[in-house]
Amino acid sequence: MPEKEGMSLIVKEVARLIAPPIFIFGLYLTLTGHLTPGGGFPGGVVFACGFILVVLAYGGKRAFRRLPPEGASKYDSGGALLFLVIGLIGSLVGGHFLYNFIQAALPGTVFHLLSAGTMPLINIAIGMKVAACLFMVVMALTLFRLAGEKGGES
Amino acid sequence: MRIVGFVAFLVVAAFLLVVPAAMRPFGEPRLWEMDRYFLDHAQEELAANNVCTAIVFDYRGYDTLGEATVLFTAVVAVAAVLRKLKEGEA
Repeated sequence: MPEKEGMSLIVKEVARLIAPPIFIFGLYLTLTGHLTPGGGFPGGVVFACGFILVVLAYGGKRAFRRLPPEGASKYDSGGALLFLVIGLIGSLVGGHFLYNFIQAALPGTVFHLLSAGTMPLINIAIGMKVAACLFMVVMALTLFRLAGEKGGES
Repeated sequence: MRIVGFVAFLVVAAFLLVVPAAMRPFGEPRLWEMDRYFLDHAQEELAANNVCTAIVFDYRGYDTLGEATVLFTAVVAVAAVLRKLKEGEA
């Protein structure tokens, strides 16, 4: 039985080709935020745009089997909690909120991937959070449209 | 009423014309000590090459926490507004 959901075959194939580089680019922006232009916010936005591309191309139901909105909610809260936990560990160890305790204990080298102490961790937290947030907003608006259509039919 | 609108237009136009003329030239900010400190010390203090990220995620991390909270609140608001429709659909 052919799937009627989503867009045409051309859009699906192109989305399947393009989505993995978009995810990798989002990960790259998030993970190297302390070295090159980028960071958690733009990386998360790129990652969420990859999800949205997949959902638009393949239709809501098939995409939600892989990425349920409840998981996005967990990632959202998890990112915020990770940020807060890092900040509170800093305030316990160093005396003030968001103290860079990793950099104080193990000073990193400039231009290395593992440098800058807590900043990569906070970047990852913010990236998770922003990606999940944008994905959830777009999905909520999409579900709203679907529910409105169903309500009109019945 | 039209006179009020015209006066408001004149005031806003004068503001927009005068303020750019009175601004300091580009690249010569009035308060530069903090900018200079960030540029000079970000690499040695934090081992971070990207000074923007060093400011956003370390020097002003509290501000970033507020931004993340704003985003979280926006998502909660969207979910709260569209909640009934999602439940009715599921």
